[in-house]
Amino acid sequence: MTDITPFLKELLTAPGLSGYEDPAAEIISAKWTPLVHEISRGKVGSLHGLRRGSGTSPRPSVLVAAHMDAIGLMVTGITNSFLRLTAVGGVDPRVLPGTLVTLYATGAGRSQPIPGVVCQPHIRLLPPEIGLNPVPLEYLFMDTGLPPHKVVDLVRVGDLVSFAQPPMELSGETIAGHTLDNRASVAALTICLEELQSRPHVWDVWAVATAQEEVGIIGAIGSTFELHPTIAIAVDVTFAKSPGASDWQTSPLGKGPTLCMGPNIHPAMFKAMKDLADRLEIPYSLEYAPRHTGTDGHATQVIAEGVPTVVMGIPLRYMHTPVEVVALKDIQRAGRLMAEFIAGLAPDFVEKITWDD
Amino acid sequence: MPTIGNAQLKLLEKLCNACAVSGDEGEVRRIILEELKGQPGDTRVDALGNVLVTRPGSGKKRLKVMLSAHMDEVGFMLVADDGEGLFRFETVGGMDIRQLPGKAVVIGKDHLPGVIGARPIHLTTAEERKQIIPLDALRIDIGPGGGMSKPGDRATFATRFQRNGQVLLAKALDNRLGVVTLLELFKNAPANIDLLGAFTVQEENGLRGAKVAAYTFDPDLAIVVDATPANDLPTWDGEENTSFNTKLGHGPAIYIADGDTLSDPRLVRYLIETAQSEAIPYQIRQPGGGGTDAGSIHKARGGVPSVSVSVPHRHSHTAASIARLDDWKNTLSLLHAALVHLTPDLLASERK
Repeated sequence: MTDITPFLKELLTAPGLSGYEDPAAEIISAKWTPLVHEISRGKVGSLHGLRRGSGTSPRPSVLVAAHMDAIGLMVTGITNSFLRLTAVGGVDPRVLPGTLVTLYATGAGRSQPIPGVVCQPHIRLLPPEIGLNPVPLEYLFMDTGLPPHKVVDLVRVGDLVSFAQPPMELSGETIAGHTLDNRASVAALTICLEELQSRPHVWDVWAVATAQEEVGIIGAIGSTFELHPTIAIAVDVTFAKSPGASDWQTSPLGKGPTLCMGPNIHPAMFKAMKDLADRLEIPYSLEYAPRHTGTDGHATQVIAEGVPTVVMGIPLRYMHTPVEVVALKDIQRAGRLMAEFIAGLAPDFVEKITWDD
Repeated sequence: MPTIGNAQLKLLEKLCNACAVSGDEGEVRRIILEELKGQPGDTRVDALGNVLVTRPGSGKKRLKVMLSAHMDEVGFMLVADDGEGLFRFETVGGMDIRQLPGKAVVIGKDHLPGVIGARPIHLTTAEERKQIIPLDALRIDIGPGGGMSKPGDRATFATRFQRNGQVLLAKALDNRLGVVTLLELFKNAPANIDLLGAFTVQEENGLRGAKVAAYTFDPDLAIVVDATPANDLPTWDGEENTSFNTKLGHGPAIYIADGDTLSDPRLVRYLIETAQSEAIPYQIRQPGGGGTDAGSIHKARGGVPSVSVSVPHRHSHTAASIARLDDWKNTLSLLHAALVHLTPDLLASERK
């Protein structure tokens, strides 16, 4: 298995905020092109890679969805030289003061990266009732340090601001950085495609890096409709046990991917995946989603006449902060489990995953 | 004439990226001692870890002028090992704990990486997000493999120095800007004074290094070189910001009064006159709270006439502060010009 870390780190440096995924899509497309037979973009920006199976046409197909979009911020206004911000996706304003960010300024035509920081004004400059409480996003600014006339020239309302924390390798073969949600899963899907180079598979495989997951699971809707797969696998990060998060919704870091149970997931397909993991002795944790999984699987399941779906998770600490943490082993295991599952798909698999055995 | 060129910017970068929390200034001290190698004059490290350098002048009737710049920065100490790579920590120096969640840190002289995370937003309630995340809920996470870090280690933000034209973005600009400034002043010391340079420890922990440095030097006067907040952001209601402390781009900030020190009026006047005659932009730091090493120095022995001059910078004591190159250059120019023309007559002038 090749080391996925350099690709993942490169991917973590690309902005690719929801709706503006091109910088991420370009890196993924370059990596996937030798691994698939066809590659194209969907109507709302998802990246579609097709790896044809060896079965006779028409072949069944499996869609594997990993969203590539990132959460971040967007400029809503300019006051003096300071940029007012709104969130793209779910951002807890309590992690923002002091956060390194990159502004993609479009005032000069093309997008130009400008470094800066999200700043919290001095207590005397804020409404008195805030005091030492958290400062809401409406009162935070991005500061580039540039003088007002330059900011006015360079910046436009709607310009994107991405987190800029460079990735760091931590102990225990873990990596910290922003947007590991969900580039970690894109890395896992890439490992899956690499494994499939040397593994015959009967089914067609649609590797899909979806757009706009963080703003309402948008990309997966159109891609699933357009590609019309027989079954779908959604792979996304899930909550790892960490300081402040240790209840039933969390899974251990570094102990394998999670397999999710709940209404979003086809139970027989779940069982097939779980039995396979047991047989291959790939460690995993069970995850329970009694309602909405909050993943692309929520969309894939109900497209067209319905698509049997499973959801796989990669445990991640500190989700939606600039310092998310994942274990590289979990990425590798998720990739391998997906590849084994796909390679093992018999032509009649979908007839066998029946309800009410 | 001392200048800020590529060499000085490179040195600032190295110093800003160093980890030197109050009481553990070794990394910065080593860089300073390296820079001082081959310089004429005397260099020593005192009982607290201050680097004391002296360079006597050659004229008659020379003033003994102490210049002080603190080496230390605000940061953290690991205080308990919770296992699995998680450490409780305490803050060192004045920090707003609202600045900590979601930040990357480096630990100790080997800069071992770690992060301060936060509970995922998905698992919080709207009510919870109105409350601050208390320090005792935060951990420094070095990864589940554990490693060499242990309680007692110091940590600081992992922010790497960046420059975007005039803009300097880094942690610990307070007071690595002062450290490089003092090094340049020492290397270009004028002959009309005895220059006594103190690179001090523990400024952020109660101005403790400067106290003993001033005793040792027994100077005629002291000038403290530091970095001071520029709170020149908009106000929430659009009213005029009347408590900005200093403004970025308005030149070196001369202190008249802060929380610890009334600057010697003769020194304030002298600095202003020097700035005016040399056509160097300057600003008066708004009198108010806060303080510098002058708070210790002016009370040393029989008392020391003191003043502070600071480079303005925004977002002090956070992961990423911002300064402007021209403010720094003008600070160095003002201080050098002031030293060159300094005579004992100044202290014979009236306090008005």
